[in-house]
Amino acid sequence: MPWNRKHLLTLEEVSLEEIDQIHTTAAAFKKILGRSVKKVPALRGKTIVNLFLEPSTRTRMAFDMAAKRLSADVISFDAATSSTTKGETLRDTAQNIQALRADMIVIRHAAAGSPLYLSRILDIPVINAGDGAHEHPTQGLLDTFTMKEHLGGLKGRKVVILGDILFSRVARSNIHALTKMGAAVTLVGPSTLVPHWFTALGVTVSHDLKSALADAEVVMLLRIQHERQASSHFPSLGEYTSMFGLNKARAAWLNPKAIIMHPGPINRGVEIDSELADGARSVILEQVTNGIAVRMAVLYLCSGGRLEQAVAGAE
Amino acid sequence: MPALWIANARVIDPASRRDEVGSVFVRDGRIVPALPAAVRKRARKIDARGRVACPGLVDIHVHFREPGQTHKETVATGSRAAAAGGFTTVVCMPNTSPPADNAGTIQFIKDVVARDAAVKVLPTGCITVGQKGQALAPFGSLKRAGIVAITDDGDCVQSNELMRRAAEYAAMFGLPIMDHCQDQSMTRGAVMNEGVMSTRLGLAGWPNAAEDLIVARNIVISRYTGAHIHLQHITSRHAIEMIRLAKADGLRITAEATPHHFALTDEALCGYDTDFKMNPPLRTEEDRRAVVAGLRDGTLDCIATDHAPHTDYEKDREFDFAPNGITGLETALAVSLEVLVRRSRFKLARVVDLMTRRPAGILGLPAGALDPGSAADICIFDPDEQWLYDAGAGFSKSRNSPWDGRTLTGRVKTTIVDGRIVYDSGRIRV
Repeated sequence: MPWNRKHLLTLEEVSLEEIDQIHTTAAAFKKILGRSVKKVPALRGKTIVNLFLEPSTRTRMAFDMAAKRLSADVISFDAATSSTTKGETLRDTAQNIQALRADMIVIRHAAAGSPLYLSRILDIPVINAGDGAHEHPTQGLLDTFTMKEHLGGLKGRKVVILGDILFSRVARSNIHALTKMGAAVTLVGPSTLVPHWFTALGVTVSHDLKSALADAEVVMLLRIQHERQASSHFPSLGEYTSMFGLNKARAAWLNPKAIIMHPGPINRGVEIDSELADGARSVILEQVTNGIAVRMAVLYLCSGGRLEQAVAGAE
Repeated sequence: MPALWIANARVIDPASRRDEVGSVFVRDGRIVPALPAAVRKRARKIDARGRVACPGLVDIHVHFREPGQTHKETVATGSRAAAAGGFTTVVCMPNTSPPADNAGTIQFIKDVVARDAAVKVLPTGCITVGQKGQALAPFGSLKRAGIVAITDDGDCVQSNELMRRAAEYAAMFGLPIMDHCQDQSMTRGAVMNEGVMSTRLGLAGWPNAAEDLIVARNIVISRYTGAHIHLQHITSRHAIEMIRLAKADGLRITAEATPHHFALTDEALCGYDTDFKMNPPLRTEEDRRAVVAGLRDGTLDCIATDHAPHTDYEKDREFDFAPNGITGLETALAVSLEVLVRRSRFKLARVVDLMTRRPAGILGLPAGALDPGSAADICIFDPDEQWLYDAGAGFSKSRNSPWDGRTLTGRVKTTIVDGRIVYDSGRIRV
C-alpha cells in the first residue's frame, strides 16, 4: 500500500495499516543507526524547519538527529528569539518559513490544534511534534514501536498508562495507536487527572493502582507536573507518590516480564523510583533511540519517500 | 413618508393571536387597522404573497462594539446586519471600550445611534464600574441616560453579596438585571465544553456546572430580593431544569437561548474552527435538546443572538488564542426556522413569538406587536426560500459565522422601521 499522507497531525486519524507502515520503515532506518556511517541520502537537498514554540529537549533533538541522518538541512526555530515574541502571528511566521522555501515543517506548540491549523495554511508537509494536551503522534509511534520490539504483537496485551492523563498529549496519541493495534489499555491515576470521559476513547479508566497494574505487560508512566498542585488537581507531590508512585513493591504486581516506559523528562522519586527507572525492566532509553528511527520514517514518508526504497537502502 | 399596504401576507402577530392571510396597513409610521380609500390608492403596495409579515424581530443581546472596538463592528454596520436579519429593535451590551458604566458613555452611544443606526438600538449599562465586579455602577444616572437594563455581560459578577445589592438596587429603578452565568473559578483557561470532545481534542474544558452554579445563585437572589433577573444565553440542561422549577415557584426569572446553542453541539469543534468558539461554549446533544425543550415549554422565554463580531485576524489564530463569539443577526431567523420549525415541529407563530413579543416583554420594550397604534416595525420573510449565506458579503463588519458558506432556508425580504423600509431585497435602504 502506498503512503498517501502529506501531514502527520494525529494518530486518531491514521489507520492501523499506516502505523504498521511507519513501524516497518522505522525498523529499516533503525538498522542504519547501528552502522558506523549513520546517514542515508534520502532527503538530500531538502530543508526541514523545526518550529518549536514550546520548550523541548528530547523531541527536538530527535527530530534534528532524524533529519540529519536523512541528509536534510535543518533549521531550528527558537521561540525565545523569534518574531513570535514580537507579536507575529503563527500564520505569518509559517508563511514566512514557507516563503524561505522550506520543504517541511515540524511544529511543537502549546495550543492544541495548531498543527492542523498550519496544515490548512501551508502547501508543505506539517509534522506535529506535540500540540498542547492534544497529541504527540511521533511519541505514540515510538512507544508502540518499542512495545512491539519487546512484546511482538500488541493484540490483547494489557498496557497501563499511569499519571497525569488529562493534560497529556503522549497519553492521547498512545491511546489512539494502542486501541487500533488491539491492546487493552487501562488509564490509572487520581480521578482529577484521569476523568471518566476517556472511556469514550475505548479504554478502561481506573483509580485503583493494584488492580490496574495486575498482569500488565507494559506500564507507561507520565510526568507529574507540580503546577497541577497549584490548580488543585491533587494535594501534593508527596501524596501523589504515596498513592500512585511506582516503586519496587508495586512493580511486583505487574506481569513478571512487563516493561516500564516513560516519555521523559522523569521526576525521579515522584512518579517512579530511581531503581526502577534504571532497572532491567526499564526501556526508557530505548524509547529515546527508537525516537530517531521513527521520526526518520515519518519525515521520509511524508516527504514522498517510499517504503520499499527505505527498506532497500537499509540492506 | 408614503402609507404602506402589505397585501396577501401570512400575517403572524402573536400578541393578538393573529395568524391568517391578509393585509397590514401603515400610516405615518404606525400600524393602522385600515387605510381610507384615497390613501390606499396612493399607498406603496408590497405584495407579500407566500411570505410572512410579522412584528419586526427583537434581539435583546447584541454587541455593536461602539465605542472603542469599531474595527469589529459599529452601530452603523451592526444595525444594518440587524435590518438584513429582520430585526427592528436590538439591545446592545455595555462591554465596549470603555465599558458603558456611566451616563456620558450612554449619551455617546445614543448620539451615534441617532446618527448612524438603521434600526432601533437600545443601550444597556454595566452592573459594576468598568465591569470589574467590584463596585456598583450608577444605575440611577444610567437609567436617566436611557438604558433599558443592566448587565456585566461577558464578565459575570462573581461576588454573591455584590449581585444581591445590585439586584436590590436595580429593582428600585425597575431595571432588569441580565446576567451572563459563569463561575469563573471553574472556567480558568477553558475554551470549550468539558466532556468527551474536550478530552479528545485536548482543549481545556468548561463544565456546564459553572453555568448551573450561577443560575442557582441568581434564582436564590431573585427569590430573596424579589428582583427580576434575566439569565443570558442558557446552555446547560441542569440550569434549564432549575429555571423550570423557579418559574413554577413564580419567581421573576427569565432566560434566553441563542440559535447556535440550539442548532449546534461541541462536536462541531472537531476541526478546531474558531467560528465555533464562543462563551458559553457549544454543549452536548443532550444539552442542545434541553434548550429546544425549554423554548418549547416556555422555560426559556426568548431567542437572542449574542451577535459578537470579531475580525478575521483576531479569529484566524490558534484555537486557544482566538476570542469568543460569533455573529448571528443575519442568520438567526433562518437557523431558528430550520431547527425549531422544520426539525422540532414548533409552530411558526411560536418561533415568531420567541423572536418578537417575548424578548420585548422581558425588558418591557414597546416593540414586538402589530396592534393598531404601535410603531410600524415589521419583518417580511419568505419561510421557504433557500439562499447561500456568504458572511463576507453580509452587512456586519465581521464574518465570524459558523454558517458562512452554508445554504439556509428562510430569508428576510423586507424590514420596516417606523413605517420606513430600511431593508428590501438584499439592500439597505437608508
